[in-house]
Amino acid sequence: MQYQRGRWSRVIEFLIEWLIRISGISAILFVFGIFFFVFKEGAGFLVTKWKPIEFFTSVEWYPTSLSNKRYGILAIIAGSASVTLLAMMIAIPFSLGAAVFISEFCAPKLKEVLKVLIEFLAAIPSVVWGFIGLMIMNPLIIKIFNAPIGLNVLNGGIILALMSIPIIVSISEDALKAVPDSYREAAIALGVTKWQMIYRVLIPAAKNGLLAGGLLGVGRSIGETMAVLLATGHAVQIPNGPLDSVRTLTATIAAELGETEQGADHWQVLFIIGIFLFSITFVINLIAYLVVKGIRIQAGDS
Amino acid sequence: MFSGNFNNQLIKKMKLKHMKQLARNSSSILLGLALIGCGSNNTSQTANQNSSSSKTMIQNAGSDTMVNLAQAWAENYAKVNSEVSIEVSGGGSGTGIAALINGTTDIANCSRAMKAAEQQKAKDASGKDPKEHIMGYDALAVYVHKDCPLEELSLEQLAEIYGENGTITKWSELGITIPGCTSDEIIRVSRQSSSGTFAYFREAVLGEERDYKLGSRDMHGSKEVVELVQNTPCAIGYSGMGYATPEVKMLKISKTLGAEAYAPNVENTIAKTYPIARPLFVYSLGEPEGALKNYVDWCLGPEGQRIVNDSGYVSLTN
Repeated sequence: MQYQRGRWSRVIEFLIEWLIRISGISAILFVFGIFFFVFKEGAGFLVTKWKPIEFFTSVEWYPTSLSNKRYGILAIIAGSASVTLLAMMIAIPFSLGAAVFISEFCAPKLKEVLKVLIEFLAAIPSVVWGFIGLMIMNPLIIKIFNAPIGLNVLNGGIILALMSIPIIVSISEDALKAVPDSYREAAIALGVTKWQMIYRVLIPAAKNGLLAGGLLGVGRSIGETMAVLLATGHAVQIPNGPLDSVRTLTATIAAELGETEQGADHWQVLFIIGIFLFSITFVINLIAYLVVKGIRIQAGDS
Repeated sequence: MFSGNFNNQLIKKMKLKHMKQLARNSSSILLGLALIGCGSNNTSQTANQNSSSSKTMIQNAGSDTMVNLAQAWAENYAKVNSEVSIEVSGGGSGTGIAALINGTTDIANCSRAMKAAEQQKAKDASGKDPKEHIMGYDALAVYVHKDCPLEELSLEQLAEIYGENGTITKWSELGITIPGCTSDEIIRVSRQSSSGTFAYFREAVLGEERDYKLGSRDMHGSKEVVELVQNTPCAIGYSGMGYATPEVKMLKISKTLGAEAYAPNVENTIAKTYPIARPLFVYSLGEPEGALKNYVDWCLGPEGQRIVNDSGYVSLTN
């Protein structure tokens, strides 16, 4: 006799399947929803009065001027880029070293402790990081580097690096763990030292995952708002060096959105900056995803 | 040969299955998008007027310069009248005015006057003219680090330091050197563009037509300006005189180079000899009524004005 599922259980299964499907798709819905919302708010200015060349190449940001409103975000883009670049220059070597240590050299007990401690770094709220930058790093930087002011690219870069390290470490460590043991054993069987095995065999094999981790760290840094609002000095200028104050795209939106009336030109320009930011992070995450996908095809082939 | 055919059929079947799944998934996405799209055109909320609960809430948003004062008023008024609770927030005078226009606050604190365009927008949005109440006076002090040997500046020099295309960028051009400031660079500390202090300083010192020089460190509150100047020997900044601490020095300001310079204090503000003094405003939509009227009258009365004095500003009764 064939076993027939009852009608009720079939209905329930159907419903649950659709529920799970909708939950899964909701992520896509939210992303599209946010994109449409941001685009809708900025669309008016975008199609009528926006001058893209001036917007992206002028350093003059005077949205509240009474006589001469100018919307040029080059200096602010330079601010975001410089802080992110410095943060990655600091974070990536440290994260890579930490990931290699945790994956290859660590005793199992120490590994668990280290992983938990690194996750603690991720748990610190970003406004607390900003506060650390403002109150602790500010006088430190003035004293050590003899800088005129301690709220600058260096300050923001260090804080962002500390915030990105947990993400990069956990993804890199996963990437290193995913390299099959046969690679390691084959290399050691051929007589190389452990360090040679790591930088000649392991890291090239895991490079897609490491790159993806780095890109996600970049995405995190570009999108960070509160910490850089407090720690970079919030000055509209192209930095001449790491000791200059800058302003980031995110901080500009956070600082100025409250003062504008809905629908005013300034409001719409801020949303255009939001669209720009959204596109950058979207592209970075897309590249990271494609790069990670590269690993799976590679691993499948071998 | 046979296995090749079989494989092709299998691949075709899997493609068909994938297409079906894709169709199902995209239809769910489209459904969801349609729901979001039909959803809201963002309408602004109405202000929190007399609710049905026993406590009346008054929303009070706006100037960072006045936020400590507003907080002190709110706390003391709660002792006088426990039926009314006042929620104070900052964000800058511009934020307060925007909130008044959007209808999300009952009264807005402003350290600058509302512009004609803003008054028109408020009238269009609510049907009522915004009513201006002057609550007190504030002198905008120019702060420098306590080790800075400078004692006074003229308005023109300030304009050259802060204004766009201004010519003064180094302390040595003013004829002084500051111990602890090796780069000699004048670090300008300013406010964020939604700040009434920012707007008033521009109007009083730079003139309405001139903008600030780019590259100033734009802080988010009156207290933050003083704190940054306190920690930075090369810095100069402007903020309300009520925010002074022993670690910073307030400069005397003269109207023109060589004229008599006055310090920012209560006497000079009342006598109007200090050039950068301004009234502190509170705006409501139309004449205030009920609980709001009681609150505003109390703030203008002796208790409220005593708090104005205690907070470091100049009260009306002087």
